[in-house]
Amino acid sequence: MKIAVCIKQVPDASTVRFDKEKGTLVREGVESVINPFDYNAIEAGLSLRDQFGGEVSVVTMGPPQASEAVKEAISLGVDGGVVVSDRAFAGADTLATTYTLAKAIEKLGQFDLVICGKQAIDGDTAQVGPGLAVRLNIPCVTCVDELEAIDDGKRLRLKRMCEQGYDMVEVELPALVTVLASLNTPRVPSLKGKMRARKTEVPIMNAEDIGADVSRVGLAGSPTQVASTTIPTFDARREMLEGEPEQQVDALVDRLKEAGIL
Amino acid sequence: MLRVEIEKCIGCGECESACTFGAIVVEDGKAVVDADTCTMCGTCVDACPEDALELDRESGAGPGIDLDEWRGVWVTAEYRFGSTAPVTFELLGKGRQLADDLGVALTAVLMGSGVSEHASELIHRGADRVLLVDHPELENFRDEIFARILARLAREEKPEVILAGATAMGRSYIPQVATMLETGLTADCTELAVRMEDRALLQTRPAFGGNLLATIVCPAHRPQMSTVRPHVLKALEADTSRQGEIVRVPLSDDDLKARVKVLESVMEESDGPGLADAEIVIAAGRGMESEKNMEMVHELASLLDAGVGASRAVTDAEWLPHRAQIGQTGVTISPKLYLGCGISGAIQHVVGIQGSDMIVAINKDPDAPIFDLATYGIVGDVKEILPLLIKRIRQERGA
Ligand SMILES: Cc1cc2nc3c(=O)[nH]c(=O)nc-3n(C[C@H](O)[C@H](O)[C@H](O)COP(=O)(O)OP(=O)(O)OC[C@H]3O[C@@H](n4cnc5c(N)ncnc54)[C@H](O)[C@@H]3O)c2cc1C
Ligand SMILES: Cc1cc2nc3c(=O)[nH]c(=O)nc-3n(C[C@H](O)[C@H](O)[C@H](O)COP(=O)(O)OP(=O)(O)OC[C@H]3O[C@@H](n4cnc5c(N)ncnc54)[C@H](O)[C@@H]3O)c2cc1C
Repeated sequence: MKIAVCIKQVPDASTVRFDKEKGTLVREGVESVINPFDYNAIEAGLSLRDQFGGEVSVVTMGPPQASEAVKEAISLGVDGGVVVSDRAFAGADTLATTYTLAKAIEKLGQFDLVICGKQAIDGDTAQVGPGLAVRLNIPCVTCVDELEAIDDGKRLRLKRMCEQGYDMVEVELPALVTVLASLNTPRVPSLKGKMRARKTEVPIMNAEDIGADVSRVGLAGSPTQVASTTIPTFDARREMLEGEPEQQVDALVDRLKEAGIL
Repeated sequence: MLRVEIEKCIGCGECESACTFGAIVVEDGKAVVDADTCTMCGTCVDACPEDALELDRESGAGPGIDLDEWRGVWVTAEYRFGSTAPVTFELLGKGRQLADDLGVALTAVLMGSGVSEHASELIHRGADRVLLVDHPELENFRDEIFARILARLAREEKPEVILAGATAMGRSYIPQVATMLETGLTADCTELAVRMEDRALLQTRPAFGGNLLATIVCPAHRPQMSTVRPHVLKALEADTSRQGEIVRVPLSDDDLKARVKVLESVMEESDGPGLADAEIVIAAGRGMESEKNMEMVHELASLLDAGVGASRAVTDAEWLPHRAQIGQTGVTISPKLYLGCGISGAIQHVVGIQGSDMIVAINKDPDAPIFDLATYGIVGDVKEILPLLIKRIRQERGA
């Protein structure tokens, strides 16, 4: 089975701290990590490969430093990967991102399965997976919580979660799935993997390499624009309810009544 | 491009700490931008006290379409497991207002099997017209079919705005529609308004787990599409005297081709409202200490008709299913009240609760980080506080 896993480098949330005075979250340090859901995407790819053979490649669009993410994926056991990087890609919305990723994936060859995380923790849109499926003209199943290959790896049987419950679905390959954190427990890097990662020179593909039309990538290819931003602040009304447990509970009940919640 | 006006920059570093991407740093007393990592989100522009940062957000010319050809506001109705999702009515409430501002009609698109009887309710809730797509093949939700039909209708009728719920279903097929139409889609909006001078839809959404509110526009492409978070917009009361038109949409075999087969669709029993939908959420942390103590959480939740959520510590311990997890790798919630019981307030958890109107925390450690953002904090043992709280609320209810 030939599998492509899309991974995104995101800011490490654990370096964020709450600033009491300003009431906002501030960032300390600039560590980047692989988007948490993408570890589950990698794991899903690796376990299918363990079962059926084939290879798993990772693809990431980002700055050249995103090669670190690819190396980490290699240390986990993926066979290889590329960074799709070009100044022209900066400021891409999801429409431009899926165009770019699709171009890169098509350049890399034919895949039986493309796996994405459910969503990236910074952009938070969850739009890249479904959009990419349309670009590649393959069916898409989102929010996958269980995944099983059937018919000798020609089809997948999947559990797709929704608010009220779930659907059991079957899809022919090639297909694209987006996965939840509950799908699996990602493995840890092996020593051998780490050695291989260290030795790997991660190829970087630019707009020309993937044959992209530069008017369709980055800011130029993005229909959406950020018009303005604000940093929400927390309610400064912080109050500790003191006293004996009974008094604390009474105080809370009073506050909840005032707010019309009780 | 993000530009620093060097003369204005005082090197205070506000931009550096505001940037989530580490794309701007102060070097030799001046801010320096790394163009490779900058996502042009603009957080630093707002953080700069000296107005020394400028973001040139000029994007491409677009496809050069005639924007005036696109008129009307559409809302996609979500019908699953035998009922219309509440977010549909919320979208109609907002859609009514947008359509009135723009001076156009409001259309609801209803797709499903055996859904015809639900069309008139959409009119009672604000629609002028319903595009009714009722077909046995639409019994189950299949992305491809729903996306293809909606994209076809949009190409034929050219609405300027399409709104959908940011639900599992909407977040799955709506991005496919936007890609088919090669237009912009703003995810998970919490606020929508019209800028009258150019009829632009101003779409406000939280990003970075609520750390930033971005207002997004789609100036040169149509339709302007948004998914909207459930429970933030107000639905209109049903007015059964409202009149409207119901248009049945015929389908062809081509519309119904699909590579995905739904074997079964299961609605899970839940004792309360879904987590993302609940107005009150009781969240349990490791401080609940045992699975047995979770009974208190469930009891309080059923008293308040609240959803039950958890930190990862609790879902890892399987005291609650994974779907109850709130935070970075779980659900994002924005209830009226979040009550955290024995939760420390790790950042990965906190990013999922920031949209709550009121945060109450019970924790025995006075230094627990959750107290930094709690509206009200109680230092105490959950085993003591929760039974008292349950008792008091019972009394209130009895009175
Ligand atoms: C403040 C802000 C708000 C934004 N709002 C919107 C918006 O409403 N609409 C919009 O279209 N764009 C928006 N964007 C742009 C969007 O963040 C980028 O297009 C981003 O490249 C992809 O979106 P995401 O982070 O939401 O990814 P998601 O769609 O949430 O990611 C899902 C999965 O797709 C894959 N993936 C995502 N990005 C990459 C990548 N670069 N390389 C490889 N795989 C990847 C991963 O598997 C990931 O798990 C916004 C950006 C900012 C800074
Ligand atoms: C990549 C990544 C993603 C993550 N995603 C998430 C996520 O989406 N959601 C999430 O929640 N976590 C997530 N985490 C985990 C997160 O970092 C924390 O480990 C987790 O939230 C801690 O859960 P907790 O607050 O219940 O437990 P703890 O941090 O152990 O806190 C327990 C608290 O209970 C208090 N306590 C103990 N006994 C009592 C008592 N009897 N009465 C009152 N208080 C008591 C203690 O003082 C303590 O503050 C993620 C971590 C990583 C690395």
